[in-house]
Amino acid sequence: MGFLARARVKSPWILHYCTGGCNGCDIEILACLTPLYDVERFGMLNIGNPKHADVLMITGPGNWKNREVLQNLYAQTPDPKVVIAVGSCAATGGVFHNCDNILGGVDQMIPVDVYVRGCAARPEAIIDGVIMALQKLERKGSGGGRYAAGAR
Amino acid sequence: MARVTFPFGPQHPVLPEAIQLQLTCEDERVVEVLPVIGYMHRGIEKAAERNQYPHNVFLCERICGICSFIHALTYCELMEGMMRVEVPPRAKYLRTAWSELSRIHSHMLWLGLLADSFGFESLFMQCWRAREIILDILEMTTGQRVIQSSCTIGGVRWDIDTETAAEVRRRLDNFDRELQSVRPVFTSDYTVKARTVGKGILPREQAWSLGAVGPTLRGSGWAYDARTLGYAAYGELEFEPVVENGGDAYARMMVRLREVGQSVELVRQALDRMPAGELAVTVKRFPEGEGNIRVEQPRGELVEYARGNGTVRLERLKVRTPTFANIPTLLVMLPECEVADVPVITLSIDPCIACTER
Repeated sequence: MGFLARARVKSPWILHYCTGGCNGCDIEILACLTPLYDVERFGMLNIGNPKHADVLMITGPGNWKNREVLQNLYAQTPDPKVVIAVGSCAATGGVFHNCDNILGGVDQMIPVDVYVRGCAARPEAIIDGVIMALQKLERKGSGGGRYAAGAR
Repeated sequence: MARVTFPFGPQHPVLPEAIQLQLTCEDERVVEVLPVIGYMHRGIEKAAERNQYPHNVFLCERICGICSFIHALTYCELMEGMMRVEVPPRAKYLRTAWSELSRIHSHMLWLGLLADSFGFESLFMQCWRAREIILDILEMTTGQRVIQSSCTIGGVRWDIDTETAAEVRRRLDNFDRELQSVRPVFTSDYTVKARTVGKGILPREQAWSLGAVGPTLRGSGWAYDARTLGYAAYGELEFEPVVENGGDAYARMMVRLREVGQSVELVRQALDRMPAGELAVTVKRFPEGEGNIRVEQPRGELVEYARGNGTVRLERLKVRTPTFANIPTLLVMLPECEVADVPVITLSIDPCIACTER
């Protein structure tokens, strides 16, 4: 594994974006960063700039106005990247499945790598999902092909 | 000086949710602001007409994940009022206890986010650490951390028995100690004062005429609190609306900080005075006619209106959430401020965009 690929998995930076859920998962993601759960021990940092991010954490079902914003964020995140859909409504639309302005899950807008279950998702489940995403990121980062190590 | 317009949001580190403010600036000074909403719109009001009315409790609970219990309580009380269902007194006290626990966790969350918005990272962490105690209580009594689903039409679904109540009191004492350790930082710290005192002033008269609600209104000197209407068991408990007269971000912060202490006291009162009895009554009717209700959320007054036609589906459900009422106050607070103060002032109304856009 190259130096960059190893560094990326050692300290992944997270971009969190809410596409129209109820907020419950967003505050649980923030709770993950605080002393009780403390994901910083895995080197994870919550940042505001998609250009610095490795992991996209998306909560909430997609809606029409947010689709463009989300696709923009996805395009701005450098490869290799992983997308985590947090919560039931990010997976399928959940309780909002019959709302007018809802497109369905996040996977209707951008490709998703990991789905985290729960409404609202528990911090333990979110941490589990991130660890799973990191394994994927490692494969994407060192797996040759399009995303060769250090290819950015 | 040339004017520059730039977007603040929808994706911004200080905003957990998507809202856009189009800021027009001269140099570093904001001269105009235009909020753009709609990024979080789901269409809950329409979906509530498609669902059967008991199922709407779960939908209404997910209008907002922070004050979820209070949204469910509002909808349940509205339906009970329309169907003339008498809720058992124990259920009323349990509802009060859970609403106040939700208020504490929402205010602690906000105090942390405010500290984060001016870069006071350690204070953010302290507030959220204290908040975890409240989430533990909620999980212990209802089984879920943020979306409790413990309110149902006709009563509540879980009980707080004597042993659990003792444990809740013990944890509230722990929380009180944590609160006492962060309170002096908010009231007297130089950094906090420098970033909040005199920022985002909302004059008393304008607060009323713009229709502000909740801590935003009370921070401008109005003693207006929908809890005094006496829904759930509030009519039987003793409390006074918390009022501050500054009208700036500091006053709004102090209102919330003092309300946390008040809510702890209210939870204790509710647990002490809780009568024995049933948890819920069976409801075998359909909502008919019109009804409305006003409830105090952590962010302010929540108004719901419903119209039923005697069938299992509602004809209309209208939800007016507090942040929707508070967003116009930004148009008064933001002009003439520095760009660096925009996050603090925006946060000072405690914006909950998921509520606003439903």
